[in-house]
Amino acid sequence: MWWFISPRIVFGEDSLEQLSGIEGKRVLIVTDPVVRKLGMVEIVANELGKEPRAVEVFDHVEAEPSFENVEKVAGVARSFLPDLIVALGGGSCIDAAKGAWVLYERPDLKLDAVSPMTKLDLRKKARLVAIPTTAGTGSDATWVAVLTDRAQNMKLDYFASRELVPDYSILDPRFLFKLPREATAYTGLDALDQAIEAYVNQWRNDFSDGLALRAIQILFEHLPRAFDNPDDLLARQKTQNAATMSGLAFGNSQVGLAHSTGHALGAIFHMAHGLAVGISNPYVIQFSSRDAAQRYSDIAHAIGIEEKSAPKATEVLVKSIRDLMVHLKTPPCLRDAGISQKAFEENLGTLIEQTNRATCTFVNPRVPDVEEVRKLFVYMYEGKPVDF
Amino acid sequence: MSCDGPFLSTVMDLAKFPSEEWVKLYMEQLNANKNYEEAAKTWEGDFLFVIQADAELKEPSTMYMDLWHGKCRSVALVSPGEDKKAAFTYSGPYGNWKKLINKQIDPIQGLLTGKFKLQGDMAKVLRAVRAAKELVETATKVPTEFV
Repeated sequence: MWWFISPRIVFGEDSLEQLSGIEGKRVLIVTDPVVRKLGMVEIVANELGKEPRAVEVFDHVEAEPSFENVEKVAGVARSFLPDLIVALGGGSCIDAAKGAWVLYERPDLKLDAVSPMTKLDLRKKARLVAIPTTAGTGSDATWVAVLTDRAQNMKLDYFASRELVPDYSILDPRFLFKLPREATAYTGLDALDQAIEAYVNQWRNDFSDGLALRAIQILFEHLPRAFDNPDDLLARQKTQNAATMSGLAFGNSQVGLAHSTGHALGAIFHMAHGLAVGISNPYVIQFSSRDAAQRYSDIAHAIGIEEKSAPKATEVLVKSIRDLMVHLKTPPCLRDAGISQKAFEENLGTLIEQTNRATCTFVNPRVPDVEEVRKLFVYMYEGKPVDF
Repeated sequence: MSCDGPFLSTVMDLAKFPSEEWVKLYMEQLNANKNYEEAAKTWEGDFLFVIQADAELKEPSTMYMDLWHGKCRSVALVSPGEDKKAAFTYSGPYGNWKKLINKQIDPIQGLLTGKFKLQGDMAKVLRAVRAAKELVETATKVPTEFV
């Protein structure tokens, strides 16, 4: 047995208008300084203001939020006592809001003690609405939050609970028009990797398969357009939908090795998450194809690759992803992403250790041993096609 | 073509699950597993594996394993009524254990779906997934005869 869990999703132009109809007398908006500066908080606050209610804003969510940062959000919640939390921003804002929501409702819990097996009993105090301002993370539709344990310099990948799925996800494309091109590329590549890994991992299922394949099709078609023309409404809408679909896909199955390596790279080198998983993705496909060529071949066929042989179709898929990365001006390897040889070698042991600790490593279609993880990082650094 | 020899020897070596013989064989296999040794080199924490009675198994059974720094230091079949304590307890009905050993249940999905329960420091276990995977993988390699 397994489940399929989803928030109520409002999507398309003007979908923000639905926010005013969501109950809540005391609303805490959780966001970051960039979103605030772009005037998005005012847009949301105006919509909330159509009903009489008190609104408080926490606008200091940091990129890749740490436990300490989440504690600060929770502190504001404890004093303001919201009955509705609105996470406005990219994955960091939504994940910080999820973490703070848990601490607000369950002050007896510590963040690193929360796992899918923990009964949280949320929604006694507040509900959660997610309004993504990027098209990548999918966190608005998932049961997981990626939080950074600065003391251990690693990302916690098991902060998850079915109760953490937001009550609503509001996908209004107006919030994407100001997304910079680089962020459009990186978040889009994150969504693509999530969908690909959702389709091939060991926990895949019929429900996640359908969403993953459609998300992949949409991203191949519309991500380059959104990158080339940030004001293309259709492309923005489509990539936003695809990101949430990829979130639903992996949230109801899993991600895989590219997310394990990506999290380790992000924690150690502070790379943008989408860049880290984007670089990892083709190498992980080459590595995993030994045990999942037919699944990759399905993906290749879904995006119009006509090669019949599964291994060859997988090769063409990898080339298509690399071509997309070139279009999106994304470096193909860690060296080109600006990591020095010295820094790479000094941190290789920690990268391997963190990848070996990550849950998603073990649901990858091909589970690497320790030496294979080491080689994979070396190949990713040097930009060599995986041949082992 | 003869089918004696290896076939007979395999049959003879099967250990009944759950039993003291099985858990001792499991300990041997685990201590021979270099991947487990590496993955669990910092692990400190003993386990009780509780096999609950169901339609197939009439009497419940509990196996104890003392896991320390990549090795299993001792095992035991806990006597009925004995109040044995351990840092972690992994429990589930016999039928689910059978599926786990036959690789029909993923151990983490088993926990998420309530087919198994884990008591103990969950964060510690979730930071040692490779060791947990090797622990389960080794169990699947013990020549097992089910009741």
